[in-house]
Amino acid sequence: MIYIILTLTLLLLMIASAVYAIWQKDLLYAVIASGILSLFLSIVFLILQAPDVALTEAAIGVALTTIIFIIAIRNTVRFEDEHDKKNVKTTTK
Amino acid sequence: MEKYLNILNIAIYGSAVLLMLIGLYGALTKKSLIKIVLGLSILDSGVHLLMIAIGYLKDGTAPIFSPGNEDKMNIMVDPIPQALVLTAIVIGFGVTAVALSLVIRLYRHHNTLRIDEIKKLKW
Amino acid sequence: MKKVIVLISLGILGFYLIDIFLGIGFGVPHFTNGVKDLYLSNSKDTLKVSNVVTAIVVNFRGFDTLGEVTVLFLASTALGGILYKKRHHVGERSVLFPASQVVMSGAKLLFPSIVLLGAYVFIHGHLSPGGGFQGGTIIATGFLLMLLTYRNYSVSHNRLVYFESLAGILFVSIGLVGYFSKGSFLENVLPVGNMNELFSGGVIGIIYIAVGFKVAAELTGIIYTVLHEKD
Repeated sequence: MIYIILTLTLLLLMIASAVYAIWQKDLLYAVIASGILSLFLSIVFLILQAPDVALTEAAIGVALTTIIFIIAIRNTVRFEDEHDKKNVKTTTK
Repeated sequence: MEKYLNILNIAIYGSAVLLMLIGLYGALTKKSLIKIVLGLSILDSGVHLLMIAIGYLKDGTAPIFSPGNEDKMNIMVDPIPQALVLTAIVIGFGVTAVALSLVIRLYRHHNTLRIDEIKKLKW
Repeated sequence: MKKVIVLISLGILGFYLIDIFLGIGFGVPHFTNGVKDLYLSNSKDTLKVSNVVTAIVVNFRGFDTLGEVTVLFLASTALGGILYKKRHHVGERSVLFPASQVVMSGAKLLFPSIVLLGAYVFIHGHLSPGGGFQGGTIIATGFLLMLLTYRNYSVSHNRLVYFESLAGILFVSIGLVGYFSKGSFLENVLPVGNMNELFSGGVIGIIYIAVGFKVAAELTGIIYTVLHEKD
């Protein structure tokens, strides 16, 4: 019974972070939401009795995909609209 | 126990198909190139969840033999989709990396990332 | 207008997909005389390997693993070829300002443990959940931590290419040894021991160690190429 509640909660959080990743206009937040999606997906793989796949998805989906997206955002634009520069707090040195 | 299979049946297959549709919607509708690549990555995650969910057996156990486990061959989950998904995850990461490097080159040439602007600049 | 058409067609597609998969069923066995029983019993009796997924990836479907290793090699080569124009020198990088003191001392402490964990995971690939791909990505994550924390930490790119090519040559040459001595590519030529021991499974352990080195070197090379891009 506890597994059913745990699985339903994880699936709901996965769908919520996927919708947030597509809907958000600030690309940095969308990329972090995709990393959270991979993390919850790795736990669902473990509940479905597949430990090898859970290890691989946790290592590749969370760490490496997020860093490649962040470097791509750093070398191009940050917002989806490009004419829309809100008040973003950046720290300078 | 019939209700157990009914709730998880709809929930896992439904959320795998929903992830695929969300990724496909992001790849078809959005205008910024990085959003399109993000949608393709979410589509990959949905397909992997669908393949692992097909091989599940009710009250199954992981396909690993150990000294106390050697006579439970009847209730092990299917190991073949797991081997296929292992390969697919690594190849999906490689495709995402090459696609993002192409996006960086396109930005340096056209100085914009929206696909409706790029269509206007012919040369 | 375009969004409405896309939403309607995706709704029809999703409805038909859900219909098919609810008819298949969740948690019921699908095939009665499938390949699953053959692989499970062969892995227990003939090969004596504990982790059945490792036996499938390396031995029963070993040629697909060779294809995947080739695709990763092509991806890292294409990445280095596309982003060739503007590079930083070895000292400077796309990191704006250095990390805080806690991160600096913690990263130096954690890096040997991460590499040790990754090496443990790919050496014991046939005994417990793990294997070459998992261990290789763990080692690449350790190198990423060090590259992001210090500005003057450098990995020699030539040595990475050297390791990667050597591991690939080892993989193919083990397959050719099996071809010339027993008649089929990637056949098992070493003796199988007992189950749950380190030296069991014949040639599976050596292939997975080569794959672990190759994947670690390739992913570190991809991260290194991407991090040294100039604005």
